[in-house]
Amino acid sequence: MKATLEKKPQTINREQMNVVIVGHVDHGKSTVIGRLLVDTGSLPLGKLEEVKARCERNARPFEYAFLLDALKDEQAQGITIDTARSFFKSQKRDYIIIDAPGHIEFLKNMITGAARAEAALLVIDAHEGIKENSKRHGYMLSFLGIKNVAVLINKMDLVSYREEIFQQIKKDYLQFLKDVGIEPSQVIPISAREGDNLVRLSSNMPWYKGIPVLSALDAFRKAAAAWEQPFRMPVQDVYKFTEESDDRRIVAGRVETGTISAGEEVVFLPSGKKSRIASIESFHTAPQKDIFAGQSTGVTLETQIYIRPGEVLCRLKEKSPHVSTKFKANIFWMGRQPLVKNKTYKLKITTQHVPAILSKIVGVMNASELSSLQKPHVDRHEVAECILETMKPVAFDAVGDIAQTGRFVIVDHYEIAGGGIILAPVFDEQSLLTQQIKKRDYEWERSGITPDKRAQKYDHKSALIVITGQIDTGKQRIAKALEEELFNLGKFTYFLGVSNRLTVVSGQSKDKTLEKFEHLQQLGELAHILTDAGLILITSITDIDDYEMSMLKHLNHPNKTLVVNVGENRFGAGQVDLELVENEDSQIAVAKIVDLLIKSVVLDPEYFI
Amino acid sequence: MNKAMDQLDYLEAQSVFILREAYREFKSLVMLWSIGKDSTVLLWLAKKAFFGHVPFPLVHIDTSFKIPEMIQYRDELAKKWKLNMIVGQNKKALEEKRTFPAGALDRIACCKALKTDALKNTLSGAWPRYRLNHTTGNYELDSNTEPYTGVIVGARADEEGSRSKERYFSPRDRNSDWDVGDQPPELWNQFKTDFAPGTHLRIHPLLDWTELNIWEYIERENIPVTRLYFDQGNGKRYRSLGCYPCTFPVDSTAKDVHDIVEELRAGKFKNIAERSGRAQDKEDGGGLETLRREGYM
Repeated sequence: MKATLEKKPQTINREQMNVVIVGHVDHGKSTVIGRLLVDTGSLPLGKLEEVKARCERNARPFEYAFLLDALKDEQAQGITIDTARSFFKSQKRDYIIIDAPGHIEFLKNMITGAARAEAALLVIDAHEGIKENSKRHGYMLSFLGIKNVAVLINKMDLVSYREEIFQQIKKDYLQFLKDVGIEPSQVIPISAREGDNLVRLSSNMPWYKGIPVLSALDAFRKAAAAWEQPFRMPVQDVYKFTEESDDRRIVAGRVETGTISAGEEVVFLPSGKKSRIASIESFHTAPQKDIFAGQSTGVTLETQIYIRPGEVLCRLKEKSPHVSTKFKANIFWMGRQPLVKNKTYKLKITTQHVPAILSKIVGVMNASELSSLQKPHVDRHEVAECILETMKPVAFDAVGDIAQTGRFVIVDHYEIAGGGIILAPVFDEQSLLTQQIKKRDYEWERSGITPDKRAQKYDHKSALIVITGQIDTGKQRIAKALEEELFNLGKFTYFLGVSNRLTVVSGQSKDKTLEKFEHLQQLGELAHILTDAGLILITSITDIDDYEMSMLKHLNHPNKTLVVNVGENRFGAGQVDLELVENEDSQIAVAKIVDLLIKSVVLDPEYFI
Repeated sequence: MNKAMDQLDYLEAQSVFILREAYREFKSLVMLWSIGKDSTVLLWLAKKAFFGHVPFPLVHIDTSFKIPEMIQYRDELAKKWKLNMIVGQNKKALEEKRTFPAGALDRIACCKALKTDALKNTLSGAWPRYRLNHTTGNYELDSNTEPYTGVIVGARADEEGSRSKERYFSPRDRNSDWDVGDQPPELWNQFKTDFAPGTHLRIHPLLDWTELNIWEYIERENIPVTRLYFDQGNGKRYRSLGCYPCTFPVDSTAKDVHDIVEELRAGKFKNIAERSGRAQDKEDGGGLETLRREGYM
């Protein structure tokens, strides 16, 4: 293996850059790329001849755009539907050129293409001038955070290469770009069809003293990787592969920003759990002591703490991300259904997946007019400033501080329907859940029989007993044995089994993140009613985290909740009332739980004996 | 600290990220292994992503017309790396001799029957799956007939037209059909990982890699590939692997990985498309779109 690693320097270290071409429909984006491919000799041998021959067979004039429009619908309609990637090289670096469609109907494809890019060429037709999507795309580049932009004023041949037309468009468009915060590196007059000013300067426009498009591309600077920023590694997964006696528990993810070394103290957010990095793990590399922005990697920890995918690994003594359930954001909506208030969506932010609702629309903006208006919902292709609220805390940064951890998407009915950038956290005294519980309790018509009266009559107080732990640890067996024992002792008890498969969606009709949350909420509400009625309610749940357990307790409040953990205890301190070993014998388990009930004064020993 | 990442490092990090997303989101996940260089790199990347392990089955569709050395290489590596290897086949078409080599079908129809149909039905569990038993060394009927909902594929955007328009996570409907006109958005490394019952997703971790990147990476990592890619002394080698009746070797004297890298970087193949030795592409108007819409890899 050593010999292999020493071979590494053989790879020629060339830089690669993704560049997107955007602009209004028919302004010649595909032609620019097609021409660049031909003039730089980047096409596979015979490709140009093949496309020309196909045009001839179909009695159509050849266009450079046909080199890009690969789909049959695109060839038939003469428009680009989806982003295509073309590969070409300059002296300086390798490029992946992403051709984005200019038609409003395919805006989500344009976004997909542009979101992958580090730089953009914005194409405007000199003959038609600035159109709606010239502006919208300019705005979207700013939204997506693309800083490297050059503007190409195309089809100069159609306006007889007149400088004053170029200058007028340049002036107007630069003003617009300034308003959205973009400063292009170049504005270049070109004719893609004729090849003017693409690879070299053209004699057709002697008045243009700048550089051609290819040089403008080479002049783009790659953003420095974000090593200098605070360390952020969103956890993708926690692996424990047991084959061939591999006993590592590896926290895997990609470092978004910063750098960290083995031995450093870390904190996981939003849970706040702390540990120290024991080792950096990798396969088939030289041993590593540190990791840095851009790497997909893995670490082991010095202490056994249980964390979940979605947490953000941060350095302990460093500026930490915000942890909140509420934030202000700009959202770009792509969904067929409008974005509405009081509907539960799934939010994906870094590797966190949480249910969220839109709680306020500050203003909706037309991205091509830059005008703001008040609306009760956000329609497709609109951008809105909103307040979003999540059902459990999330860790994030404001996009202005750390872009990588300040962005999210919204999933509606299986589809990514919106993208957003976080402007700032909103700190509220009351979470959404607290407000909901307050409202519930306020509107609750209380029974005339008080909990004390009930307890006297029943010979016991009420409680919710949650038996939890990992899958296949004997939770349900213990829960049922407990129910039987309490019943035989003459207690009013009930085993509620609905929640056993919380994570496996029975109807399969909904999102699993939303489904799990909804189940827990329902369980909490049901528990609240049944414990209010004086029952000792027993339930077993697989794999829930501290926050979800707190939520359950909260919903059952003011009635008592007792937590029994079977097997590995993954909860934080103070969350669990009784710990049982995995697959504990039913009789012993029941005896221990009954003992807990006596200690917790649910069962009064006087009655019990 | 050396914090420089070169192009291959970036490509590797992105592919690993995608593989881990797939593994996290899809409980019924599978990787297609065609035995070729791309999917073998993909297999290697899985070992990178999962720290030496490959935590999902690999599916190979055996048309029975594969070059024999491919099958031999497949089984050797599967045993050496203890892979969970599954093989599917269109037995009926082969028994009834409804194939191109038997003269019953044209190339496209044969591809559809032996590859696309076999793949669809192996993925859905409708047709038998044969799993490698590492104790006996034989392929045995697999009792698991659950449909796979996440399918990892080694397609690259630079291969041909329709692949240049793919997403990293690309939905397929109940019939494995691809709606190219209406693909999901992908931004900031957030992919479509939610899907309606009955549908599945194709996952493409190698989309941004070029043929040259693949060979550079094979060289850098010393990944084992079948020797069919190398000139064995007769001045010919395979540049792309498939079924022998439809895949032709190219003239080349590249006898190891390094020679191939040089040949692609500066030599005779610099500007010649990789799949130029694949006959079925030409019959599909050069884009493979028809085949791929219907579920071809």
